[in-house]
Amino acid sequence: MHDNHHPRLDLVVIGNGMAGLRVIEDLLELAPERYNITVFGAEPHASYNRIMLSPVLAGDTAFADIQTRDRAWYDANGITLHTGEAVTTIDRKRRMVVSAQGREVGYDRLVLATGSRPFILPVPGHDRPGVISFRDIADVDAMVKASQNGGRAAVIGGGLLGLEAAYGLHKRGMDVTIVHLTNQLMERQLDPTAAALLQQSLAQRGLSFRLGAETAAIVGSSADDDNGPVNGLCFKDADGSTLAADLVVMAVGIRPNIDLAKASGLHCNKGIVVNDTMQTYDPRIYAVGECVEHRKAVYGLVAPLWDQARVCAHHLAWRGHAHYDGSVTATQLKVTGIDMYSAGDFTEDEATQTLTYADIRRGVYKRIVLRAGRIAGVVLYGETRDGPWYFRHMQAATDVSAFRDLLLFGQAFVEAGTNDTADEDKAEAA
Amino acid sequence: MTTTTQTTCPYCGVGCGVTATREADDRLLIAGDAQHPANKGRLCSKGTALADTVDLGGRLLYPMIEGVRADWDAALDRVAGGLADTIAEHGPDAVAFYVSGQLLTEDYYIANKLMKGYIGSANIDTNSRLCMSSAVAGHVRAFGEDLVPGCYDDLEIADLVVLVGSNTAWCHPVVYQRVMAAREADPHKKLVVIDPRRTATADSADLHLPLAPGTDVALFNGLLAYLADHGVTTDLPGGADAIAAAGQGGDMASVADAAGVPIADLQTFFEWFAATERTVTVFSQGVNQSSAGTDKVNAIINCHLLTERIGKPGACPFSITGQPNAMGGREVGGLSSTLAAHMGFDRADTVQRFWDSPAIARQPGLKALELFEAIEAGQVKAVWIMATNPLVSLPEADRARAALERCPLVIVSDVMRHTDTAERADVLLPAAAWAEKTGTVTNSERMISRQRPFLPRPGQARADWDIMCDVAQRMGFAEGFVYAGPAAIFREHAALTAFDNDGERILNLAGLATLSDTDYDTLQPTRWPVPLPQPRRAAGAMPAPAGVDQLFVDGTYPTADGRAHLVAVSPRGPANACSGDYPLALNTGRIRDHWHTMTRTAKSQPLATHIPEPFVAIHPADAWRYGIVDGELATVTTAWGQASLRVITSQRQRQGCLFAPMHWNDQFASSACIGSAVNPAVCPISGEPEFKHTPATIAPFAAAWHGVIYAARTLRLRATTGIDWWVKVPGERFVRYEIAGCDPSADLKTATRRWLGVAARDVDWLDAADPAVGTYRAAHVEAGHLEAAVFIAATPARLPDRSWLAGLYSGQAMTEAERVAVLAGRPADASADTGPQVCACFGVGRRTIRRAIENNRLDSVGAVGEVLQAGTNCGSCKPEIAELLAEAEKA
Repeated sequence: MHDNHHPRLDLVVIGNGMAGLRVIEDLLELAPERYNITVFGAEPHASYNRIMLSPVLAGDTAFADIQTRDRAWYDANGITLHTGEAVTTIDRKRRMVVSAQGREVGYDRLVLATGSRPFILPVPGHDRPGVISFRDIADVDAMVKASQNGGRAAVIGGGLLGLEAAYGLHKRGMDVTIVHLTNQLMERQLDPTAAALLQQSLAQRGLSFRLGAETAAIVGSSADDDNGPVNGLCFKDADGSTLAADLVVMAVGIRPNIDLAKASGLHCNKGIVVNDTMQTYDPRIYAVGECVEHRKAVYGLVAPLWDQARVCAHHLAWRGHAHYDGSVTATQLKVTGIDMYSAGDFTEDEATQTLTYADIRRGVYKRIVLRAGRIAGVVLYGETRDGPWYFRHMQAATDVSAFRDLLLFGQAFVEAGTNDTADEDKAEAA
Repeated sequence: MTTTTQTTCPYCGVGCGVTATREADDRLLIAGDAQHPANKGRLCSKGTALADTVDLGGRLLYPMIEGVRADWDAALDRVAGGLADTIAEHGPDAVAFYVSGQLLTEDYYIANKLMKGYIGSANIDTNSRLCMSSAVAGHVRAFGEDLVPGCYDDLEIADLVVLVGSNTAWCHPVVYQRVMAAREADPHKKLVVIDPRRTATADSADLHLPLAPGTDVALFNGLLAYLADHGVTTDLPGGADAIAAAGQGGDMASVADAAGVPIADLQTFFEWFAATERTVTVFSQGVNQSSAGTDKVNAIINCHLLTERIGKPGACPFSITGQPNAMGGREVGGLSSTLAAHMGFDRADTVQRFWDSPAIARQPGLKALELFEAIEAGQVKAVWIMATNPLVSLPEADRARAALERCPLVIVSDVMRHTDTAERADVLLPAAAWAEKTGTVTNSERMISRQRPFLPRPGQARADWDIMCDVAQRMGFAEGFVYAGPAAIFREHAALTAFDNDGERILNLAGLATLSDTDYDTLQPTRWPVPLPQPRRAAGAMPAPAGVDQLFVDGTYPTADGRAHLVAVSPRGPANACSGDYPLALNTGRIRDHWHTMTRTAKSQPLATHIPEPFVAIHPADAWRYGIVDGELATVTTAWGQASLRVITSQRQRQGCLFAPMHWNDQFASSACIGSAVNPAVCPISGEPEFKHTPATIAPFAAAWHGVIYAARTLRLRATTGIDWWVKVPGERFVRYEIAGCDPSADLKTATRRWLGVAARDVDWLDAADPAVGTYRAAHVEAGHLEAAVFIAATPARLPDRSWLAGLYSGQAMTEAERVAVLAGRPADASADTGPQVCACFGVGRRTIRRAIENNRLDSVGAVGEVLQAGTNCGSCKPEIAELLAEAEKA
């Protein structure tokens, strides 16, 4: 429906990743006629589902299967798409963006969806050939290529991404060791018991571990060649132990990609600071996704991104008062045969109460942390079917007291338990 | 080969006929005997479950001396020698028998003969003292002899049935069914229930009078006075005195006030009684078990004598007994207060002449409670307890326990290895059980029926009469104790009833004294008296003798003056009145599906399930006053002892009254033997204890946690620390324990492993813990089978339903679904089965999606996402959702 009183405005979206694309998709639904849309994507592809990169690496999925919108879709919706073209400058006075290729496009509204970039440990040798991160399809291609001759891989970082990378490389025939700073895998998502179960399960699949190990340097095959290909890691421990590796994957975290915003004079902290309608300090400029800092929180998962995109699209569509309150996040490990689910905050203090379930023989472990009778965090290992159900109750801040005794057993039990009848025999007895 | 045996049920005094059919594969089928006049094919829950109870689990299969297996010779020598030595040193009154209404008539006869005719003491009493001796005494006072005037048919003929102190629906279910069936056939028939509790029986009554405990005499005196006021007269001896005494109760308002019932209801009852010729008043333990028990019996009988409602079809006072052969025991004289065959000690010479015995007891012996007091005092130094468990069933049971501990020689004949009494025996003798015994029993309507064996005697078990005869012979009494079998004993018993009996004793079995062994084997249910020989057939079974349904038809009674006597009685309260410290009245009794001390009924899971735990029932207002919570635990304390029980709050209780079942004991619970708390007051005439009224108080049992354990095998919880209260509930292939503990800081995880005896760390162990609320659940699995499951919570309400867990002991390994559910204690909701997962992000299963597509007519992946969220996060399942949509479209 065209609004005659308001001629079309120009909307530029910087970043053709999942966040930027979702804003456009939502906006097309809400106000298809409002904007002339131009999209800049630094990557050469139209768009793809980044969170499915791990299955692509593992060979469980083909890249073609994770591509989301092809160029024809952009054309059909009248969107101008510039791929492989990074924006280098935002001229806020002229309301104009300038690309690396020198293209200038004016905007009435601008959306920054620049995402994040992997954090690279600033250790000696971090820029040797054979040291890569795990962020985009190019990284996946590099890893696939590196694995073609087998060999040894070291994955630095025992978090979600590192484990998925390690598993993928292992599946592609490499001898993989996971190097992790603390003594526990995924310590932000798992408690020690679940982490131990996970490690045991990965070990059974053939992965090796070097926990409590801080990388001192990435070394090459000859000591005198500072730029030669990687040959191993050297650790910061008493005896300076080493680990041989032909490939090193850095998966030690991400950093919001804020260079462009900063250069444009937008207020940034860890990320581009936005308000509850996803606007930066320049109200014509919005930001969504991993580049954003909202209420001091920076997210690296997909669910908050959807929430943010929806709010942003609403605001761009002049649709009233949708606002973003922040997200509770949940994670799952995409490793075939390993069911792991983690959501919320499960650090314990005086105000928390913890419920645990363990059936070690069956490889099942659950931990639910309650705060004021509501689910604050949940860790599931081996049986994750109820993860989203717990997550919904966590988001809804449901008082779980009424079904607390069955909470560990999940939805099918709690909902089976809603029509209890009194013990009539007993009543009759007296 | 299939064989069917006609026998009788071993439970209550209704005396139902039972057919036991052994199939070729040894399966046992129990059914009501359609030919038996008592039940005409009916059976109650207990009778129906008899097949569950005949296994050998827990049976005593060989003699034991001081806890060590012995052979019969050694055991019997020890018994005979011990008795003989005690008699030689301290006289015949230093030994005693304490026997049971579950012995057969033949056993009873031998016990009585040995004690009274050969040992020469009357120190033989029976657990029947505890349930109907007041009825015996009341009958003797009114009729001159212990006679039940009517029969069950009268209950069907009657237009008004009054049930007094009898939860007939639970305790004599088949009698109750017969009354109910008659009412259904003729809706004009009325039923009145007089009971402080609103029992299951009271539920079906036209009128329930919830009288205050112990006010039966006031109520029936009120009735007697009402009848007299309305012109009913009598010239029977004692009539005028009885009416005068009844008149002391004042007008109807005073009577209603004394009995604590609404005056309008009382008036209704009086009017119905006055107007209904065919009235039967059934009374049972609620009347008998009182320090005024005999007076209560006579207060009831008085009303029937005044109105001449006796000796007619459908009109009589009717005592129904609690045990299968209480009546047979009364007939042989197996109570210390009578001699033999309805003869008193004044007929000692007659009986001695018949027995041709070296001695004869010439005065009454010790009644049950006196007997145990004499043991405590050291006067009785050797006691032989047969087929009963007095350390559970006696009042002030703990005192009886202590007394028995001190007794130099305790002999126990039983079928079970472990009972509270057997555990204190010096000599344990393995008796044959119901399914293995042959003999006769008499039910509440004077019907003599055969009990016939259908299983072989296991191990070294022997019949009670046989054991006693062997002991008697070893004591040097060979001449009086040589019998070819129970038939010979029965003939002798029958002959004694007829001996020197010119009609002065109505108990006369002359007609049965000449039965051949075959006649005896085929004897059909026969109501006594049988004064004349029965007509014979040429061959085959004897026809059922035409018994005498109603006694006293001609108005003559076996009294000195040939007439019935009214007895002037005055109301008096229970021996121990409620007081400030003990303001509540504790009443004890039976429940529907357990019997006595549970040695038999606890073997049947269906029976053990009806009411699985010992309980105390209390009115909600009292519960509130004493801080007692339904479903939790409470300790009932009296001046004599205490018991800790599950609380059931119920409007069925009168305010100020508690009820607790009599069955539970140390074999099945930590502290549930209610006998321990019952006062030792007795009726001065009958010696029957006052089980129905003990002043008591109640307080919450301070449990910090409650729990339930399921175990594939019996656990030794008694030796385990940390469990302060437990009840064992037997199940099919498992044992369940309800438990509680008082230590709030108990480490439940460690304790649980200790209780289950699981020390190794690498066992297959599941657990779920919520320590903040005191919840811990664990299961121990072995080779896929559930070995044990433990549930602990702060309150009983937080423990899982018991029925589903029981089903996990099916003999099969647990399924995956069962294993997932075991600690939940319930199955998952079947409709919540979502099918294989499609959307991992939101946990949406294939079946859920299919259902949503169908129910909501969804046509796109986006639409599915809107309804179920599926596919709206990572989106990796969208192809699968599309496939499901395509499938649905094709369908």
